[in-house]
Amino acid sequence: MSWLLLIEQVLNGLQLGVMLFVMAAGLTLVFGVMGLINLAHGSLYMIGAFAAAAVAGATGSFLLALIAALGAAAAAGALVEIIVIRRLYGRDHLDQVLATFALILIFSEGVRWAFGSFPLFLDIPSYLSGPVSLPGGILYPAYRLAIIGIGLAVALGLWALISHTRLGVQIRAGEADREMIAALGVDISKLYTVVFALGAALAGLAGALVGAIQSVQVGMGEPVLILAFVVIVIGGIGSIKGAFVGALLVGLTDTLGGFLLPQLFALFMEPSAAGAVGSALASMAIYLLMAVVLIVRPAGLYGEPA
Amino acid sequence: MKLSTLGGLALATALAATGVSAAGHDPVKVGMITTLSGGGAGLGIDVRDGFMLALKQSGSDAIEVVIEDDQRKPDVAVQLADKLIQSDKVDVLTGIIWSNLAMAVVPSATAQGKFYLSPNAGPSALAGKGCHPNYFNVAWQNDNLHEAAGAYANDAGFANSFILAPNYPAGQDALTGYKRFYKGDLAGEVFTQLGQTDYAAEIAQIRASGADSIFFFLPGGMGISFLKQYADSGVEIPVVGPAFSFDQGILQAVGAAALGVKNTSQWSKDLDNEANKVFVAAFQAEYGRLPSLYASQGYDTANLLLSAVAKADVNDADAFRAALKEADFASTRGDFAFGSNNHPIQDIYVREVIQEGEIFTNKIVATGLTDHSDVYAAECQM
Repeated sequence: MSWLLLIEQVLNGLQLGVMLFVMAAGLTLVFGVMGLINLAHGSLYMIGAFAAAAVAGATGSFLLALIAALGAAAAAGALVEIIVIRRLYGRDHLDQVLATFALILIFSEGVRWAFGSFPLFLDIPSYLSGPVSLPGGILYPAYRLAIIGIGLAVALGLWALISHTRLGVQIRAGEADREMIAALGVDISKLYTVVFALGAALAGLAGALVGAIQSVQVGMGEPVLILAFVVIVIGGIGSIKGAFVGALLVGLTDTLGGFLLPQLFALFMEPSAAGAVGSALASMAIYLLMAVVLIVRPAGLYGEPA
Repeated sequence: MKLSTLGGLALATALAATGVSAAGHDPVKVGMITTLSGGGAGLGIDVRDGFMLALKQSGSDAIEVVIEDDQRKPDVAVQLADKLIQSDKVDVLTGIIWSNLAMAVVPSATAQGKFYLSPNAGPSALAGKGCHPNYFNVAWQNDNLHEAAGAYANDAGFANSFILAPNYPAGQDALTGYKRFYKGDLAGEVFTQLGQTDYAAEIAQIRASGADSIFFFLPGGMGISFLKQYADSGVEIPVVGPAFSFDQGILQAVGAAALGVKNTSQWSKDLDNEANKVFVAAFQAEYGRLPSLYASQGYDTANLLLSAVAKADVNDADAFRAALKEADFASTRGDFAFGSNNHPIQDIYVREVIQEGEIFTNKIVATGLTDHSDVYAAECQM
C-alpha cells in the first residue's frame, strides 16, 4: 500500500463526506427548525437528479442542468411543505414518518410514471471530465475535485447565511423558541416554507452532482437518506456544524474502512476470505461509529442535550 | 340451408369440445414474483414483458398469470410466495431476479410441490446439493457467464486480473466462476456492498494494483455507476464482464463509456436464429425498445411453460415435470437443453459493446464456451 493510494482514498472519503453534508444539511435544518423528520428528503435528491438529466438531455448544458435541479427540487420542496408537511408540525414523529414515507412512494411512482423504469443518462461536462494531476503525482478525477469544491462552498455559504443574515437570525431563533419569534411578528409559516425549500434545493443539488457519476434511477435517494440520517445523528440533530463534521467522519470512515479493513484481515487470512470478512465489517463501520459517538455523547457531537 | 345447418353443427361441436377441454383443464395458474419497483426494476420489467409477450404471441388462454412486485426484498418475496401458493393457489412460480430472493423462496415452494421456473437467478446452492426435480432454471447457473469471461480472459492473454463483485450469493458465484476458468494471477479481489453507488475507493485500488485486466460483475445501476466513474478516472485497463453489466437497459445510461468492452452472454439480439428474429422484432413493436437478455429469458421461460402445458396436465406432476425437462420449445438462444440438475446446457458468446446510430448495443464477436453446463450438476442427487 502506497501513500499515493492512501491520499487518493482520503480524497474519495472527503468527496463522499461533502456530498453527504449537502444532503444532510437540509435534513438537519428542517429537523432543527421545525422538529420534523422528513423521510422524503431522498426523493428530493432523486428529483434533482432527474431534472438535471432531463435538462442536460434537452439542452446539453450541465450548468443549466444544475440550475434546473436546484429549481425543481426547491419547487417540489415548497409545494410539499405547503400541501402536506404544514399539517404535520403539531403531530408526533410517528405521524410525520408515516406521511413522509407515503411521499417517498408517491414521488417514486410519479417519477417512474413520468420517466420510465430505466436509468437515465447524465454525464459529466467535458470541461470536467478526465483526471487531473495533483502535486505528488496523484491522478484524481477533476469532477470529484469540483464536487469537493462545491460542497465546501455550500458549507461556507450556509455558515454565512445562518450567522450573518436576517434569515439566519430567524432560523436560529426558530430553533430556539418558535412561539416567541411568531409573537415577535415573524411570519413563521413563510419562514418554514423557505427553510424547507432551501433544504430541498440542497438535496436536489446533491442529486444532480452525484447523478452525473452514478446512475439516475428511481429509488436512488433512499440509500443516501439512510447515510444522511446517520450523519445528523452523529453530528447532533439540528446542528449544521455537527452535520459537517459528522458527514466528513462518515465519508472517511466508509471509504477508508472499505479499503483498509480487508487489507488488515489479509495479514492473517487468505485473500478471498479476508475480502469477504473485511467488506462485511466495513459496511458496518459507520454504524459502529454512530454507536460509539452515541455512547460517549448521547446527543451527538454538537447536539444540545435534551 | 343445409350448408348453414352443417356449419352450425360444426360450431356447436367445436364449442362443446372447447367446453369439455376447459372443464377438464382449468388454466394453469402462474405466480410471477419479480422486481418492479426500486433500483432493480428494469430487470424485472424486462422479464415480465418478455414473458407476457410470449403468452400474447401464443394466443393461448391455457395460462393465467398473477404478477407481484418483490421490491428486491427477500422478506417481501417470501410473503408474496406464501400468498400466491395459499390464497391464489398457483401451480407454477417464476420471475425472481435476485439470487438472495430465490434462496428465500424456491426451496420452500418446491417443497410444497409447486414448480419453479427461474427466468434469472441461478444460485449455486440450488444447482448442486440443493437441486430439486421441480426447480428448472431457464437462464443459467450463476457461474456460467463468469466462467465464459474467465475463458475469454485467457484467450485475450490477460495474466493479472483485478476482480470485483457485490457481496451476495450471485456475487460470490461470479468471482468463483471467473476464477474457475481464468488461469492467470489475481491483482486484487474485492467484494463491494450490494446497491453500492460510489466506486472511487475500488477504482483507486485498481489504479494502484498493477492489473492488466478488470473483471467485474455489477448488475443494474451498480454497473452504470462503476463504468461512468471508471471512464472518468483515467485508468485505461481493459474491462471484461458478464452481460449483466452491459445489458440493453443500462447501456444508454452509460453512454460512450462502455464502447468496445467485451462481455459474455448466452443471448444477444443479433443471434442468428428464427425464434430470436421473431422475438426481437415483436418485442420492439410491442414495447418500443430493444430487448435485453433478461427479456429473452422471460420470453424463453414462457415458451418452455407453454410447451409443457401443451403436452401434460399440471396436476399430473410427473408428466408435467417430464414435459418441462424435454425443453421442447424454440429458444431465442438456438440450441437449449436441460442438464441432469435442470439447469441449461447452452453456448455462451463473447459480445462487444458497439454504437448503432444513436443506440448503444452489443454484437457477438466470438463463441466463448460451447454446450456449457455447470460444475454443480455432479453434486445434484435427484
